[in-house]
Amino acid sequence: MNPAITNNNDWQPKIVALVCTYCTYTAADMAGSLRLQYPPEVRIVKLPCTGKVDTIHLLKTMQTGVDAILVGGCEAGDCHFREGNLRARERVEYTKALLAEAGIAGERLEMYHIGASDAPQWVARVNEMVARVKKLGPNPLRLHQAAGGIENQRRAVA
Amino acid sequence: MELKIRDGQWPEASKYGEENVIIAQRKPLAEIKDSLKGYQRVLIVGCGTCVAVCLAGGEREVKLLASQLEIASQLAGQPLFMGEATVERQCDREFLYEIRHLVKDYDVLVSLACGVGIQFLSDRYPDKVVLPGVDTTFIGANEEPGYWTERCRLCGSCYLALTGAVCPITMCPKSLLNGPCAGTRAGKCEVNPDKPCAWTMIYERLEASGRLAQIADIVPPRDHRRAAHPATQIHQAYKRRYSAHE
Repeated sequence: MNPAITNNNDWQPKIVALVCTYCTYTAADMAGSLRLQYPPEVRIVKLPCTGKVDTIHLLKTMQTGVDAILVGGCEAGDCHFREGNLRARERVEYTKALLAEAGIAGERLEMYHIGASDAPQWVARVNEMVARVKKLGPNPLRLHQAAGGIENQRRAVA
Repeated sequence: MELKIRDGQWPEASKYGEENVIIAQRKPLAEIKDSLKGYQRVLIVGCGTCVAVCLAGGEREVKLLASQLEIASQLAGQPLFMGEATVERQCDREFLYEIRHLVKDYDVLVSLACGVGIQFLSDRYPDKVVLPGVDTTFIGANEEPGYWTERCRLCGSCYLALTGAVCPITMCPKSLLNGPCAGTRAGKCEVNPDKPCAWTMIYERLEASGRLAQIADIVPPRDHRRAAHPATQIHQAYKRRYSAHE
């Protein structure tokens, strides 16, 4: 993902949607079949369950310079793996706090529960997220990265 | 948080099994950031034992802190050079030795181990600035995922045989050895009415295990010499090796 931008005028938000294959992905798929229009700013990543989403995935994704992350899981009580969606919800809440602590608005991350048959809700949620991001502006990390700051970052892991 | 022990009702054994660990809590990012002022190269050192179990300083928490510090330092326009390392235990020299090649590249080490590990890391690398990334809070048990309770205060003389395996030193705010006091009300403590009275729990436990008569026994005053600090302990089998230090 190339986050390089120089000013807000040529900025088009980039939103990553981490979605569960059993519900939100199906809803997004159905939105396509139904020819429902929704903004192209969202990039969908299909997961076996939102329970797979870890705090570190969300932080790292945000570090790539995306403007927002949308996590789409099953409705409460509907998880294929019993409670993956509820766990994801807890992690999303926690990650919001971690992001806020580091200086990134927690509103850039949101979890929605969207049923497999609820294509209109998927469209509504994407619209909601795009509107929210447009209000917030670009991810502040992008500006730093555009200035070449990321080149100085090296990591050693043991 | 709702306390699981109410009206003498004991929680069911956790389905994940209970595990005794040193419990610690990640320091707020602001405090860690403050302590890092003026440093460029930061190595975060996690510990894979107790603090990993209590989700404060294991490999995962090392990654989270590194990520947070990267974000915060980039936003501040002064990106840090971050490193991550997690050793099996920071309270054992052999494991600290493993990261020597990594340590030399950094100005400051942020340890996510308990207070013991942090000091041991500094002992091992005395020329490096070692900073704490967690607050060590207590020795506790894992009641449920993400929920720990204190069970032992390390007093040095265990009374659990007399008290039905409920620790009055830990569970009673007055650490009474001969209780209950007059402040017990319907199984609750006068210091905090939300908390159960330790001595009511002891009574119930002794009754349940057919040892109620034992509650009338008078426990002599505590021998505080056993809780002298800093404590040292040498295993009997190693007496000869360390005899010079005794």
